[in-house]
Amino acid sequence: MKGTSKYIEEIRSKFPLLNKKVYGKPLVYFDNAATTQKPQKVIDRINAYYNSENANIHRGVHHLSQVATQDYEDARTRVKNYIGANKVNEIIFTKGTTDGINLVATSFGELMNKGDEVLISAMEHHSNIVPWQLLAERKGIVLRVIPIHQDGTLDMDAFHGMLNEKTKLVAITHISNTLGTINPIKNIIKKAHGVGAKVLIDGAQSIQHGEVNVAHLNCDFFVFSGHKIFGPTGIGVLYGKESILDCMPPYQGGGDMIQRVSFDQTTYNELPFKFEAGTPNIVGGIALGTALEFMESIDTKQAFAHENELLSYAEQKLLTVEGLKIYGTSKHKTSLVSFNVGTIHPFDIGTLLDKQGIAVRTGHHCTQPLMDFFCIPGTIRASFSLYNTKAEIDLFIHALKKAISVLS
Amino acid sequence: MKESLKQKQDAIIADFQVFDDWMDKYEMIIDLGKEIKGITVDKRKDEQLIDGCQSRVWLKAEIDNKRMNFSADSDAIITKGIIALLIAVYNGEKPETIVKEELYFIDKIGLQEHLSPTRANGLLEMVKRMKLEALKHV
Repeated sequence: MKGTSKYIEEIRSKFPLLNKKVYGKPLVYFDNAATTQKPQKVIDRINAYYNSENANIHRGVHHLSQVATQDYEDARTRVKNYIGANKVNEIIFTKGTTDGINLVATSFGELMNKGDEVLISAMEHHSNIVPWQLLAERKGIVLRVIPIHQDGTLDMDAFHGMLNEKTKLVAITHISNTLGTINPIKNIIKKAHGVGAKVLIDGAQSIQHGEVNVAHLNCDFFVFSGHKIFGPTGIGVLYGKESILDCMPPYQGGGDMIQRVSFDQTTYNELPFKFEAGTPNIVGGIALGTALEFMESIDTKQAFAHENELLSYAEQKLLTVEGLKIYGTSKHKTSLVSFNVGTIHPFDIGTLLDKQGIAVRTGHHCTQPLMDFFCIPGTIRASFSLYNTKAEIDLFIHALKKAISVLS
Repeated sequence: MKESLKQKQDAIIADFQVFDDWMDKYEMIIDLGKEIKGITVDKRKDEQLIDGCQSRVWLKAEIDNKRMNFSADSDAIITKGIIALLIAVYNGEKPETIVKEELYFIDKIGLQEHLSPTRANGLLEMVKRMKLEALKHV
Protein backbone atom coordinates (compact mmCIF):
# COMPACT_ATOMS: atom_id res chain seq x y z
CA MET A 1 0.00 0.00 0.00
CA LYS A 2 1.12 3.53 -0.83
CA GLY A 3 3.64 4.93 1.64
CA THR A 4 2.88 2.27 4.21
CA SER A 5 5.72 0.42 5.82
CA LYS A 6 5.71 -3.35 5.99
CA TYR A 7 5.50 -3.04 9.72
CA ILE A 8 2.24 -1.05 9.66
CA GLU A 9 0.79 -3.46 7.10
CA GLU A 10 1.66 -6.30 9.43
CA ILE A 11 -0.14 -4.59 12.31
CA ARG A 12 -3.14 -3.85 10.08
CA SER A 13 -3.42 -7.51 9.08
CA LYS A 14 -4.19 -8.39 12.70
CA PHE A 15 -7.52 -6.52 12.57
CA PRO A 16 -10.07 -8.66 10.66
CA LEU A 17 -12.82 -6.02 10.45
CA LEU A 18 -10.62 -3.69 8.40
CA ASN A 19 -11.06 -5.99 5.39
CA LYS A 20 -14.77 -5.39 5.37
CA LYS A 21 -16.66 -3.80 2.48
CA VAL A 22 -19.56 -1.42 3.00
CA TYR A 23 -21.97 -0.63 0.17
CA GLY A 24 -19.62 -2.69 -2.00
CA LYS A 25 -16.68 -0.39 -1.29
CA PRO A 26 -13.64 -1.05 0.89
CA LEU A 27 -14.24 0.30 4.38
CA VAL A 28 -12.09 3.26 5.39
CA TYR A 29 -12.43 3.40 9.14
CA PHE A 30 -11.62 6.90 10.40
CA ASP A 31 -13.76 6.90 13.54
CA ASN A 32 -11.09 5.67 15.92
CA ALA A 33 -11.69 8.42 18.45
CA ALA A 34 -15.17 6.93 18.94
CA THR A 35 -13.94 3.36 19.17
CA THR A 36 -11.04 1.31 17.85
CA GLN A 37 -11.27 -1.99 15.98
CA LYS A 38 -10.15 -5.17 17.73
CA PRO A 39 -7.18 -7.37 16.92
CA GLN A 40 -7.89 -11.06 16.32
CA LYS A 41 -6.13 -11.84 19.58
CA VAL A 42 -8.70 -9.89 21.61
CA ILE A 43 -11.62 -11.45 19.73
CA ASP A 44 -10.14 -14.93 20.30
CA ARG A 45 -9.67 -14.22 23.99
CA ILE A 46 -13.34 -13.33 24.39
CA ASN A 47 -14.34 -16.55 22.63
CA ALA A 48 -11.93 -18.64 24.66
CA TYR A 49 -13.30 -17.24 27.90
CA TYR A 50 -16.90 -18.18 27.09
CA ASN A 51 -15.87 -21.48 25.51
CA SER A 52 -13.81 -22.81 28.36
CA GLU A 53 -13.48 -20.53 31.39
CA ASN A 54 -16.79 -18.83 32.16
CA ALA A 55 -17.43 -18.65 35.92
CA ASN A 56 -18.15 -15.99 38.49
CA ILE A 57 -15.10 -14.62 40.24
CA HIS A 58 -13.92 -13.89 43.80
CA ARG A 59 -16.39 -16.31 45.36
CA GLY A 60 -16.11 -19.85 44.05
CA VAL A 61 -13.93 -22.57 45.44
CA HIS A 62 -14.29 -24.52 42.24
CA HIS A 63 -11.63 -24.74 39.56
CA LEU A 64 -13.30 -22.56 36.89
CA SER A 65 -13.96 -19.74 39.31
CA GLN A 66 -10.36 -19.81 40.43
CA VAL A 67 -9.08 -19.69 36.85
CA ALA A 68 -11.40 -16.81 35.96
CA THR A 69 -10.46 -14.91 39.12
CA GLN A 70 -6.78 -15.37 38.42
CA ASP A 71 -7.13 -14.17 34.81
CA TYR A 72 -9.19 -11.17 35.84
CA GLU A 73 -6.69 -10.18 38.52
CA ASP A 74 -3.77 -10.77 36.14
CA ALA A 75 -5.45 -8.30 33.78
CA ARG A 76 -5.60 -5.79 36.63
CA THR A 77 -1.87 -6.22 37.19
CA ARG A 78 -1.26 -5.74 33.48
CA VAL A 79 -3.22 -2.47 33.56
CA LYS A 80 -1.23 -1.37 36.61
CA ASN A 81 2.06 -2.00 34.79
CA TYR A 82 0.85 -0.51 31.53
CA ILE A 83 -0.06 2.86 33.06
CA GLY A 84 2.79 2.83 35.55
CA ALA A 85 0.74 2.78 38.76
CA ASN A 86 2.51 1.90 41.98
CA LYS A 87 0.01 -0.56 43.38
CA VAL A 88 -2.49 -2.98 41.93
CA ASN A 89 -5.22 -1.90 44.36
CA GLU A 90 -5.13 1.54 42.74
CA ILE A 91 -6.72 0.03 39.61
CA ILE A 92 -10.51 0.01 39.73
CA PHE A 93 -12.35 -1.67 36.86
CA THR A 94 -15.30 0.41 35.64
CA LYS A 95 -17.69 0.36 32.68
CA GLY A 96 -15.62 3.02 30.94
CA THR A 97 -14.42 6.61 31.14
CA THR A 98 -17.88 8.02 31.84
CA ASP A 99 -18.41 5.54 34.65
CA GLY A 100 -15.01 6.40 36.15
CA ILE A 101 -15.75 10.13 36.18
CA ASN A 102 -19.17 9.54 37.71
CA LEU A 103 -17.57 7.37 40.39
CA VAL A 104 -15.14 10.15 41.31
CA ALA A 105 -17.81 12.88 41.11
CA THR A 106 -20.11 10.89 43.38
CA SER A 107 -17.63 9.46 45.86
CA PHE A 108 -14.82 12.01 45.98
CA GLY A 109 -17.58 14.62 45.61
CA GLU A 110 -18.98 13.44 48.96
CA LEU A 111 -15.83 14.83 50.58
CA MET A 112 -16.50 18.31 49.15
CA ASN A 113 -18.43 21.12 50.76
CA LYS A 114 -20.60 23.97 49.59
CA GLY A 115 -18.49 26.64 47.90
CA ASP A 116 -15.65 24.25 46.99
CA GLU A 117 -14.56 24.68 43.41
CA VAL A 118 -14.07 22.16 40.59
CA LEU A 119 -12.28 23.33 37.46
CA ILE A 120 -12.95 21.82 34.05
CA SER A 121 -12.09 23.20 30.61
CA ALA A 122 -14.16 24.51 27.70
CA MET A 123 -13.10 21.53 25.56
CA GLU A 124 -14.46 18.77 27.82
CA HIS A 125 -16.62 15.91 26.61
CA HIS A 126 -20.12 15.98 28.13
CA SER A 127 -18.97 13.07 30.32
CA ASN A 128 -16.61 15.43 32.10
CA ILE A 129 -19.18 18.22 32.41
CA VAL A 130 -22.49 16.71 33.44
CA PRO A 131 -21.28 14.64 36.46
CA TRP A 132 -19.88 17.88 37.94
CA GLN A 133 -23.09 19.76 37.23
CA LEU A 134 -24.97 17.03 39.09
CA LEU A 135 -22.50 17.38 41.96
CA ALA A 136 -23.00 21.16 41.93
CA GLU A 137 -26.75 20.61 42.31
CA ARG A 138 -26.27 18.03 45.05
CA LYS A 139 -23.54 19.63 47.14
CA GLY A 140 -23.49 23.29 46.14
CA ILE A 141 -19.96 23.13 44.76
CA VAL A 142 -18.98 25.73 42.17
CA LEU A 143 -18.09 24.51 38.67
CA ARG A 144 -15.67 26.80 36.84
CA VAL A 145 -14.59 26.53 33.22
CA ILE A 146 -11.06 27.22 31.98
CA PRO A 147 -11.44 29.10 28.66
CA ILE A 148 -9.66 28.19 25.44
CA HIS A 149 -8.05 30.16 22.60
CA GLN A 150 -9.29 30.13 18.98
CA ASP A 151 -6.60 27.61 18.03
CA GLY A 152 -8.10 25.14 20.49
CA THR A 153 -5.45 25.42 23.18
CA LEU A 154 -6.11 26.07 26.83
CA ASP A 155 -5.83 29.59 28.16
CA MET A 156 -3.15 28.76 30.73
CA ASP A 157 -3.02 32.32 32.11
CA ALA A 158 -6.72 32.11 32.88
CA PHE A 159 -6.16 28.69 34.47
CA HIS A 160 -3.47 30.04 36.78
CA GLY A 161 -5.75 32.92 37.73
CA MET A 162 -8.61 30.57 38.59
CA LEU A 163 -6.63 28.37 40.98
CA ASN A 164 -7.19 29.26 44.63
CA GLU A 165 -7.52 27.66 48.04
CA LYS A 166 -11.16 26.71 47.29
CA THR A 167 -10.12 24.64 44.25
CA LYS A 168 -10.57 21.02 45.30
CA LEU A 169 -10.31 19.31 41.94
CA VAL A 170 -9.18 20.01 38.41
CA ALA A 171 -10.89 17.55 36.05
CA ILE A 172 -9.44 17.87 32.59
CA THR A 173 -9.05 15.96 29.38
CA HIS A 174 -5.59 14.83 28.33
CA ILE A 175 -6.51 15.09 24.64
CA SER A 176 -9.58 16.81 23.20
CA ASN A 177 -11.84 14.31 21.40
CA THR A 178 -13.04 17.06 19.05
CA LEU A 179 -9.93 19.15 18.38
CA GLY A 180 -7.11 16.71 19.04
CA THR A 181 -5.33 19.23 21.29
CA ILE A 182 -2.88 17.61 23.71
CA ASN A 183 -3.13 19.55 26.95
CA PRO A 184 -0.07 20.34 29.08
CA ILE A 185 -1.30 18.12 31.88
CA LYS A 186 2.03 17.74 33.67
CA ASN A 187 2.15 21.49 34.19
CA ILE A 188 -1.56 21.58 35.14
CA ILE A 189 -1.07 18.84 37.73
CA LYS A 190 1.92 20.63 39.26
CA LYS A 191 0.11 23.97 39.46
CA ALA A 192 -3.08 22.43 40.87
CA HIS A 193 -1.12 20.56 43.54
CA GLY A 194 0.43 23.91 44.45
CA VAL A 195 -2.94 25.05 45.86
CA GLY A 196 -3.73 21.64 47.34
CA ALA A 197 -6.19 20.61 44.61
CA LYS A 198 -6.41 17.07 43.26
CA VAL A 199 -6.36 16.35 39.53
CA LEU A 200 -8.44 13.95 37.43
CA ILE A 201 -7.20 13.26 33.91
CA ASP A 202 -9.70 12.07 31.30
CA GLY A 203 -7.48 9.73 29.31
CA ALA A 204 -10.16 8.44 26.90
CA GLN A 205 -8.33 9.85 23.89
CA SER A 206 -4.74 9.58 25.09
CA ILE A 207 -4.57 5.95 26.15
CA GLN A 208 -4.19 4.62 22.56
CA HIS A 209 -1.95 7.39 21.27
CA GLY A 210 0.97 7.57 23.64
CA GLU A 211 2.58 6.17 26.69
CA VAL A 212 0.81 7.14 29.87
CA ASN A 213 2.61 6.92 33.18
CA VAL A 214 0.43 7.97 36.09
CA ALA A 215 3.29 7.90 38.58
CA HIS A 216 5.41 10.27 36.46
CA LEU A 217 2.43 12.51 35.80
CA ASN A 218 1.62 12.44 39.51
CA CYS A 219 -2.11 12.76 38.72
CA ASP A 220 -4.56 11.78 41.44
CA PHE A 221 -7.08 10.10 39.15
CA PHE A 222 -6.78 8.82 35.59
CA VAL A 223 -9.73 7.35 33.69
CA PHE A 224 -9.98 5.57 30.36
CA SER A 225 -12.11 3.14 28.34
CA GLY A 226 -10.95 -0.28 27.16
CA HIS A 227 -12.64 -0.01 23.77
CA LYS A 228 -10.50 2.98 22.78
CA ILE A 229 -7.33 0.91 23.13
CA PHE A 230 -8.38 -2.12 21.07
CA GLY A 231 -10.24 -3.81 23.95
CA PRO A 232 -13.96 -4.54 24.29
CA THR A 233 -16.71 -2.07 25.18
CA GLY A 234 -18.16 -1.98 28.68
CA ILE A 235 -14.83 -2.12 30.48
CA GLY A 236 -12.72 0.79 31.65
CA VAL A 237 -10.30 1.79 34.32
CA LEU A 238 -10.18 4.30 37.10
CA TYR A 239 -6.72 4.77 38.52
CA GLY A 240 -6.67 6.60 41.85
CA LYS A 241 -3.96 7.16 44.41
CA GLU A 242 -4.43 4.68 47.22
CA SER A 243 -4.38 7.34 49.95
CA ILE A 244 -7.25 9.19 48.26
CA LEU A 245 -9.31 6.12 47.32
CA ASP A 246 -9.04 4.94 50.92
CA CYS A 247 -10.72 8.10 52.18
CA MET A 248 -13.54 7.97 49.65
CA PRO A 249 -16.90 6.38 50.54
CA PRO A 250 -18.16 3.46 48.37
CA TYR A 251 -19.88 4.38 45.09
CA GLN A 252 -22.41 1.58 44.73
CA GLY A 253 -23.49 -1.09 47.18
CA GLY A 254 -23.81 -4.80 46.49
CA GLY A 255 -21.84 -8.00 46.25
CA ASP A 256 -18.04 -8.05 46.14
CA MET A 257 -17.66 -4.60 47.71
CA ILE A 258 -18.54 -5.77 51.23
CA GLN A 259 -16.58 -7.44 53.99
CA ARG A 260 -19.49 -8.27 56.28
CA VAL A 261 -23.18 -7.42 56.01
CA SER A 262 -25.71 -7.37 58.81
CA PHE A 263 -28.93 -5.38 59.11
CA ASP A 264 -27.30 -3.21 61.77
CA GLN A 265 -23.99 -2.50 60.15
CA THR A 266 -22.05 -3.31 57.01
CA THR A 267 -18.31 -3.11 56.66
CA TYR A 268 -16.73 -2.58 53.28
CA ASN A 269 -14.14 -4.59 51.42
CA GLU A 270 -10.66 -3.24 50.87
CA LEU A 271 -9.40 -1.59 47.69
CA PRO A 272 -10.01 -2.06 44.82
CA PHE A 273 -13.10 -4.18 45.57
CA LYS A 274 -14.72 -1.42 47.67
CA PHE A 275 -15.54 0.28 44.35
CA GLU A 276 -16.53 -2.80 42.37
CA ALA A 277 -20.05 -3.76 43.45
CA GLY A 278 -21.74 -6.68 41.73
CA THR A 279 -20.44 -9.24 39.27
CA PRO A 280 -18.06 -7.26 37.09
CA ASN A 281 -17.46 -7.41 33.34
CA ILE A 282 -15.12 -10.37 33.77
CA VAL A 283 -14.50 -11.14 30.12
CA GLY A 284 -14.13 -7.41 29.45
CA GLY A 285 -11.38 -7.10 32.03
CA ILE A 286 -9.57 -10.18 30.77
CA ALA A 287 -9.80 -9.08 27.12
CA LEU A 288 -8.63 -5.58 28.04
CA GLY A 289 -5.56 -7.30 29.43
CA THR A 290 -5.10 -8.98 26.04
CA ALA A 291 -5.47 -5.62 24.27
CA LEU A 292 -2.70 -4.17 26.43
CA GLU A 293 -0.62 -7.26 25.74
CA PHE A 294 -1.07 -6.45 22.05
CA MET A 295 0.10 -2.87 22.65
CA GLU A 296 3.14 -4.19 24.51
CA SER A 297 3.93 -6.52 21.62
CA ILE A 298 4.22 -3.76 19.02
CA ASP A 299 6.86 -1.12 18.48
CA THR A 300 4.78 1.79 19.74
CA LYS A 301 7.47 4.30 18.84
CA GLN A 302 7.10 3.37 15.17
CA ALA A 303 3.32 3.12 15.43
CA PHE A 304 2.90 6.54 17.07
CA ALA A 305 5.28 8.14 14.55
CA HIS A 306 3.10 6.65 11.80
CA GLU A 307 -0.01 8.19 13.40
CA ASN A 308 1.65 11.61 13.42
CA GLU A 309 2.59 11.18 9.78
CA LEU A 310 -1.03 10.35 8.94
CA LEU A 311 -2.15 13.54 10.67
CA SER A 312 0.23 15.80 8.75
CA TYR A 313 -0.57 14.05 5.47
CA ALA A 314 -4.32 14.39 6.03
CA GLU A 315 -4.10 18.04 7.09
CA GLN A 316 -1.93 18.88 4.12
CA LYS A 317 -4.37 17.21 1.70
CA LEU A 318 -7.46 18.69 3.38
CA LEU A 319 -6.13 22.23 3.19
CA THR A 320 -6.09 21.97 -0.62
CA VAL A 321 -9.91 21.69 -0.53
CA GLU A 322 -11.49 25.07 -1.19
CA GLY A 323 -13.38 26.60 1.74
CA LEU A 324 -12.23 23.93 4.19
CA LYS A 325 -11.54 25.04 7.75
CA ILE A 326 -9.79 22.95 10.36
CA TYR A 327 -10.83 23.36 14.00
CA GLY A 328 -8.01 22.74 16.46
CA THR A 329 -4.67 23.93 15.18
CA SER A 330 -2.51 23.45 18.25
CA LYS A 331 1.12 22.50 17.65
CA HIS A 332 0.58 19.61 20.01
CA LYS A 333 -2.11 17.46 18.47
CA THR A 334 -3.01 13.82 18.27
CA SER A 335 -4.03 12.07 15.07
CA LEU A 336 -7.49 13.47 14.49
CA VAL A 337 -8.74 16.32 12.38
CA SER A 338 -12.01 18.19 12.75
CA PHE A 339 -13.25 20.39 9.92
CA ASN A 340 -16.09 21.98 7.98
CA VAL A 341 -16.38 22.95 4.35
CA GLY A 342 -17.89 26.38 3.70
CA THR A 343 -21.48 26.48 4.88
CA ILE A 344 -22.20 22.83 4.08
CA HIS A 345 -23.73 21.02 7.05
CA PRO A 346 -21.44 18.29 8.46
CA PHE A 347 -24.34 15.82 8.45
CA ASP A 348 -24.69 16.15 4.68
CA ILE A 349 -21.00 15.51 4.06
CA GLY A 350 -20.98 12.64 6.58
CA THR A 351 -23.95 10.99 4.85
CA LEU A 352 -22.32 11.16 1.41
CA LEU A 353 -18.96 9.96 2.77
CA ASP A 354 -20.70 7.00 4.39
CA LYS A 355 -22.18 6.00 1.04
CA GLN A 356 -18.64 5.85 -0.32
CA GLY A 357 -17.43 3.55 2.44
CA ILE A 358 -15.78 6.24 4.56
CA ALA A 359 -16.60 6.07 8.27
CA VAL A 360 -16.13 9.43 9.97
CA ARG A 361 -17.96 11.05 12.82
CA THR A 362 -20.13 14.10 12.27
CA GLY A 363 -21.96 16.25 14.77
CA HIS A 364 -21.04 17.91 18.02
CA HIS A 365 -18.96 14.97 19.33
CA CYS A 366 -20.60 15.32 22.76
CA THR A 367 -18.90 18.69 23.16
CA GLN A 368 -21.78 21.11 22.60
CA PRO A 369 -20.22 23.98 24.61
CA LEU A 370 -17.16 23.74 22.36
CA MET A 371 -19.38 23.96 19.25
CA ASP A 372 -21.04 27.04 20.77
CA PHE A 373 -17.56 28.54 21.26
CA PHE A 374 -16.82 28.15 17.55
CA CYS A 375 -20.46 29.08 16.62
CA ILE A 376 -20.96 25.93 14.52
CA PRO A 377 -23.53 23.09 14.69
CA GLY A 378 -20.83 20.45 14.46
CA THR A 379 -17.82 19.27 12.52
CA ILE A 380 -16.67 16.33 10.44
CA ARG A 381 -14.03 14.43 12.37
CA ALA A 382 -11.60 11.97 10.87
CA SER A 383 -9.61 10.18 13.56
CA PHE A 384 -6.75 7.85 12.74
CA SER A 385 -5.23 4.86 14.43
CA LEU A 386 -2.00 2.96 13.98
CA TYR A 387 -3.58 0.62 11.38
CA ASN A 388 -4.70 3.38 9.00
CA THR A 389 -2.80 4.23 5.82
CA LYS A 390 -2.06 7.15 3.53
CA ALA A 391 -3.86 5.29 0.74
CA GLU A 392 -6.99 5.41 2.87
CA ILE A 393 -6.53 9.16 3.32
CA ASP A 394 -6.38 9.50 -0.48
CA LEU A 395 -9.69 7.59 -0.79
CA PHE A 396 -11.18 9.83 1.88
CA ILE A 397 -10.09 13.04 0.13
CA HIS A 398 -11.44 11.76 -3.19
CA ALA A 399 -14.78 10.88 -1.56
CA LEU A 400 -14.90 14.23 0.22
CA LYS A 401 -14.41 16.11 -3.06
CA LYS A 402 -17.19 14.08 -4.66
CA ALA A 403 -19.52 14.84 -1.72
CA ILE A 404 -18.73 18.56 -1.95
CA SER A 405 -19.40 18.64 -5.68
CA VAL A 406 -22.84 17.09 -5.15
CA LEU A 407 -23.70 19.42 -2.29
CA SER A 408 -22.45 22.68 -3.80
CA MET B 1 -59.33 12.88 -8.85
CA LYS B 2 -57.20 13.54 -5.80
CA GLU B 3 -54.45 11.01 -5.18
CA SER B 4 -54.71 8.83 -2.11
CA LEU B 5 -51.87 8.65 0.43
CA LYS B 6 -50.99 5.26 -1.01
CA GLN B 7 -50.94 6.57 -4.57
CA LYS B 8 -48.66 9.44 -3.56
CA GLN B 9 -46.24 7.07 -1.89
CA ASP B 10 -46.27 4.66 -4.84
CA ALA B 11 -45.55 7.56 -7.22
CA ILE B 12 -42.44 8.52 -5.23
CA ILE B 13 -41.30 4.88 -5.17
CA ALA B 14 -41.69 4.75 -8.96
CA ASP B 15 -39.72 8.02 -9.34
CA PHE B 16 -36.85 6.62 -7.31
CA GLN B 17 -36.83 3.23 -9.04
CA VAL B 18 -35.02 4.70 -12.05
CA PHE B 19 -31.88 5.31 -9.98
CA ASP B 20 -29.31 2.52 -9.87
CA ASP B 21 -26.67 4.65 -8.31
CA TRP B 22 -27.01 5.93 -4.77
CA MET B 23 -25.41 9.23 -5.80
CA ASP B 24 -28.20 9.96 -8.30
CA LYS B 25 -30.73 9.24 -5.61
CA TYR B 26 -29.06 11.64 -3.22
CA GLU B 27 -28.71 14.28 -5.93
CA MET B 28 -32.48 14.15 -6.36
CA ILE B 29 -33.03 14.46 -2.61
CA ILE B 30 -30.62 17.40 -2.44
CA ASP B 31 -32.46 19.10 -5.32
CA LEU B 32 -35.77 18.59 -3.51
CA GLY B 33 -34.20 20.09 -0.40
CA LYS B 34 -33.10 23.14 -2.36
CA GLU B 35 -36.51 23.61 -3.99
CA ILE B 36 -38.80 23.37 -0.96
CA LYS B 37 -39.83 26.68 0.58
CA GLY B 38 -39.25 25.64 4.17
CA ILE B 39 -39.46 28.06 7.07
CA THR B 40 -37.13 31.05 6.87
CA VAL B 41 -34.76 31.58 9.79
CA ASP B 42 -36.62 34.67 11.08
CA LYS B 43 -39.95 32.76 11.15
CA ARG B 44 -38.63 29.72 13.04
CA LYS B 45 -39.97 29.33 16.55
CA ASP B 46 -38.46 27.43 19.46
CA GLU B 47 -41.58 25.30 19.90
CA GLN B 48 -41.19 24.10 16.28
CA LEU B 49 -37.66 22.84 16.85
CA ILE B 50 -36.82 19.14 16.89
CA ASP B 51 -33.23 18.92 18.03
CA GLY B 52 -31.55 15.89 16.51
CA CYS B 53 -28.03 15.00 17.53
CA GLN B 54 -26.87 15.54 13.94
CA SER B 55 -29.23 17.97 12.27
CA ARG B 56 -32.08 20.16 13.42
CA VAL B 57 -35.63 20.23 12.10
CA TRP B 58 -38.38 22.82 12.44
CA LEU B 59 -41.97 21.71 11.92
CA LYS B 60 -45.09 23.85 11.64
CA ALA B 61 -48.52 22.19 11.46
CA GLU B 62 -51.80 23.80 10.50
CA ILE B 63 -55.28 22.56 9.68
CA ASP B 64 -57.21 24.10 6.85
CA ASN B 65 -60.64 22.94 5.78
CA LYS B 66 -60.18 19.68 7.71
CA ARG B 67 -56.90 18.91 5.88
CA MET B 68 -53.43 18.98 7.40
CA ASN B 69 -50.87 21.43 6.08
CA PHE B 70 -47.26 21.10 7.18
CA SER B 71 -44.23 23.23 6.53
CA ALA B 72 -40.78 22.27 7.76
CA ASP B 73 -37.11 23.03 7.44
CA SER B 74 -33.70 21.73 8.44
CA ASP B 75 -30.16 23.03 8.65
CA ALA B 76 -28.93 19.98 6.67
CA ILE B 77 -29.90 19.77 3.00
CA ILE B 78 -30.32 15.97 2.85
CA THR B 79 -32.63 16.08 5.84
CA LYS B 80 -34.51 18.91 4.16
CA GLY B 81 -34.89 16.88 0.97
CA ILE B 82 -36.46 13.99 2.86
CA ILE B 83 -38.69 16.51 4.63
CA ALA B 84 -39.87 17.66 1.19
CA LEU B 85 -40.94 14.10 0.40
CA LEU B 86 -42.76 13.67 3.71
CA ILE B 87 -44.59 16.95 3.24
CA ALA B 88 -45.56 16.06 -0.32
CA VAL B 89 -47.09 12.86 0.99
CA TYR B 90 -48.90 14.24 4.05
CA ASN B 91 -50.04 17.70 2.97
CA GLY B 92 -53.70 17.96 2.11
CA GLU B 93 -54.53 14.69 3.87
CA LYS B 94 -57.24 14.31 6.48
CA PRO B 95 -55.90 13.98 10.03
CA GLU B 96 -57.45 10.49 10.33
CA THR B 97 -55.58 9.29 7.23
CA ILE B 98 -52.24 10.49 8.59
CA VAL B 99 -52.84 8.81 11.93
CA LYS B 100 -54.10 5.50 10.51
CA GLU B 101 -52.26 4.83 7.28
CA GLU B 102 -48.85 3.29 7.02
CA LEU B 103 -45.86 5.35 5.88
CA TYR B 104 -43.85 2.92 3.79
CA PHE B 105 -42.21 4.82 0.94
CA ILE B 106 -39.06 5.80 2.90
CA ASP B 107 -38.24 2.11 3.36
CA LYS B 108 -39.02 1.26 -0.24
CA ILE B 109 -36.73 3.93 -1.67
CA GLY B 110 -33.88 2.77 0.53
CA LEU B 111 -33.74 5.71 2.92
CA GLN B 112 -34.87 3.82 6.01
CA GLU B 113 -31.57 4.61 7.76
CA HIS B 114 -32.68 8.25 7.86
CA LEU B 115 -35.67 7.30 9.97
CA SER B 116 -33.72 5.13 12.39
CA PRO B 117 -33.12 6.31 15.95
CA THR B 118 -29.35 6.00 15.49
CA ARG B 119 -29.30 8.51 12.66
CA ALA B 120 -30.42 11.21 15.10
CA ASN B 121 -31.22 13.70 12.35
CA GLY B 122 -34.60 14.70 13.79
CA LEU B 123 -36.62 12.98 11.04
CA LEU B 124 -37.95 10.11 13.13
CA GLU B 125 -39.15 12.59 15.74
CA MET B 126 -40.60 14.76 12.98
CA VAL B 127 -42.76 11.94 11.61
CA LYS B 128 -43.95 11.19 15.15
CA ARG B 129 -44.79 14.84 15.65
CA MET B 130 -46.66 15.04 12.32
CA LYS B 131 -48.83 12.15 13.45
CA LEU B 132 -49.36 13.69 16.89
CA GLU B 133 -50.37 17.01 15.33
CA ALA B 134 -52.86 15.14 13.14
CA LEU B 135 -54.12 13.24 16.18
CA LYS B 136 -55.11 16.53 17.83
CA HIS B 137 -57.75 16.94 15.13
CA VAL B 138 -59.16 13.41 15.09
